[in-house]
Amino acid sequence: MQAVEDRTGAGSAARRNSLKASASAFSPPSPFQRGFDVAFRGLSLALAGSVIALLLGIVYQVMAHAAPAIRDLGTHFLVETKWNPNKQVFGVLPEIVGTLYTSCLALLGGGLLGVTTALVTSQGFLSRRWELVLKNVIELLAAIPSVVYGLWGIFVLIPILRPVAKVLHEQFAFIPLFETPFAGPAILPAALVLAVMILPTITAISREALAAVPKRLPAAAYGLGATRWEVIFRVVIPTASGGLFGALVLGLGRALGETMALAMLVGNANVYGWSLLSPGSTIAALLANHFPEAGPVEIRALMYAALVLLMMTLIVNLLGAAIMARATRGLKGLV
Amino acid sequence: MSIVARRDLVLSIAGLGLALLGCSKNETSSTSSGAASGGAAASATPVAAQVTNTVNLVGSGASFPAPLYGRWFKEYAQANKAIAVDYQSVGSGQGIKSFVEGRTDFGASDAAMSDDEIKQANDNVLLLPMTAGSVVLSYNLDGISDLKLSREAYAGIFLGEIKNWNDAKIAKANPGVKLPDQAISVVHRADGSGTSFIFTQHLAAINEKWKSGPGVGKSVEWPAGVGEKGNEGIAANIKKNPGAVGYVEYAYAVLSKMPMASLENKSGKFIAPTLDSAAASLAAVELPANMRAWVTDPEGDASYPIASYTWILAHKKYDDAAKAKAVKETLKWCLTEGQKLSASLQYVPLPSAVATKVLAAVDSIN
Repeated sequence: MQAVEDRTGAGSAARRNSLKASASAFSPPSPFQRGFDVAFRGLSLALAGSVIALLLGIVYQVMAHAAPAIRDLGTHFLVETKWNPNKQVFGVLPEIVGTLYTSCLALLGGGLLGVTTALVTSQGFLSRRWELVLKNVIELLAAIPSVVYGLWGIFVLIPILRPVAKVLHEQFAFIPLFETPFAGPAILPAALVLAVMILPTITAISREALAAVPKRLPAAAYGLGATRWEVIFRVVIPTASGGLFGALVLGLGRALGETMALAMLVGNANVYGWSLLSPGSTIAALLANHFPEAGPVEIRALMYAALVLLMMTLIVNLLGAAIMARATRGLKGLV
Repeated sequence: MSIVARRDLVLSIAGLGLALLGCSKNETSSTSSGAASGGAAASATPVAAQVTNTVNLVGSGASFPAPLYGRWFKEYAQANKAIAVDYQSVGSGQGIKSFVEGRTDFGASDAAMSDDEIKQANDNVLLLPMTAGSVVLSYNLDGISDLKLSREAYAGIFLGEIKNWNDAKIAKANPGVKLPDQAISVVHRADGSGTSFIFTQHLAAINEKWKSGPGVGKSVEWPAGVGEKGNEGIAANIKKNPGAVGYVEYAYAVLSKMPMASLENKSGKFIAPTLDSAAASLAAVELPANMRAWVTDPEGDASYPIASYTWILAHKKYDDAAKAKAVKETLKWCLTEGQKLSASLQYVPLPSAVATKVLAAVDSIN
């Protein structure tokens, strides 16, 4: 690492020198050049600042619009199970549960698939060419629009799941996971599609993390007589754990906010429970469905719901960053 | 930025200014609404070049009659080049909101306007029934093409009390039909919708439990089933899920060839949804002075039980005389010539007594 930094430092110094030499010989920068420099730095700073301002602006707007609802509904909003604009009863407990449930299931599936794919495509199991093919195919998944995933879920996945779900419900109804009959749109198809949707994110970042493990570490382990599996599980994965964890957190963040495909597949019913076969709802789907026709009071409640979602993703990301920092602390100097 | 590009910008700004100047001087184009002035800006050059006296009307609202309105305004624009109407199908709620806030020249709503909303618009509102449609129950049952549902049955299904297709309450109305032992999967709208409003209003009118439970609204707390977005969401769900039942607009069901159940009406007859049976329901209801008539549970042997008018919202008085005239003429055309197009698009033409009444109201616009 030290050596690398030295080299790049030396390189850029050399480039600076050559630039200076090629410009009008050794004269101090003209007022124009200096002005350009200052202007460019100012512009860069302003644009970078505007990104932060944009985020704060969004949070402020959402909070400002949600404020009356927060005052009226309070924390009861978080535990109320009904959403009834006619009676002015608003609550998002089923949506919070649904959001977390589908996202965690998706993370389970997408994480397992994503990390293993990253391993297969980065640890020399396949020829270089097939690694590239597999990697690109998975990255292509990210280019498919959300609504297409939704349609695929409705027209392909749900019909495939139907007979399976029927057997599961009939034979294993005593297990809470299968206690309700399958109505088509439900938690299970939603979570499966979501798992596929977060797969490219998880695979790409995991792969980068695995590839960033210095070659001398596995080489040393091999030298000590470790088998391939020992090297992967005892050396490569622990070393890359920070990056792998980051991949999972980003995947979860994406799953929490996914809207369209979920609105099409989750069933949008205001219920919650353990059953994978029962319809449910998520905050993002609630927002997408109710915004266009909402009256002023409902809009405030929806803004409150949006704020809850924002906080959930924020907490997930902060938590992820904290755990990542802890996980990589022991590896300093190695990577 | 190069000098050439800058000159282009200056030119286009000048052109824009000229166009707007032209508009305000001749009072030809509406600039009161954002969308209209956006339109004027986009077509800056033609307006500046040849000063036409086209009046642009902007309206938005209900999606249910949108195909018909789109057709009307297109045909009308061809017949009468001086008026151009832009209708955006954004949903009844949004349509009312834009209209009340003065961003559109007229609105459209499946649920008319509540007294509160009319008050918000300073009472400067006319509710004009333009056409009507019915809400049908579509289903997915293999081999059954003419399902009959009694009022007890379909209210029970949507209340979540009748859970299986072989329930005695369904079988009673369908002698000779072999109903499968299959769970009923109820599908309702997940988004707020005028269709839900019409349907829940009817359920509340025929069922005490519905009235005190979920109630009436563009979105209610559904006791059973799954929610789907839009007519198309419900249609896709019903098509793919055996045992599903849901409600869609008649025109949509006809165009997408969905099976439709015959429903029991107030006189105990089972009526298939058609344009005629919907027209019979409308005829059974007297239009009050404010023209906000709800066909919640129509009388008459031939009436299909779930039908409703859909309204265009216009101001009683417009600030701009040219605009008032344009609105008047457009609506008059829709109520006379336009009605002839309704049936071909599966909308119910207004009964002639109603059309006359609405025409009189349109005449009062100034």
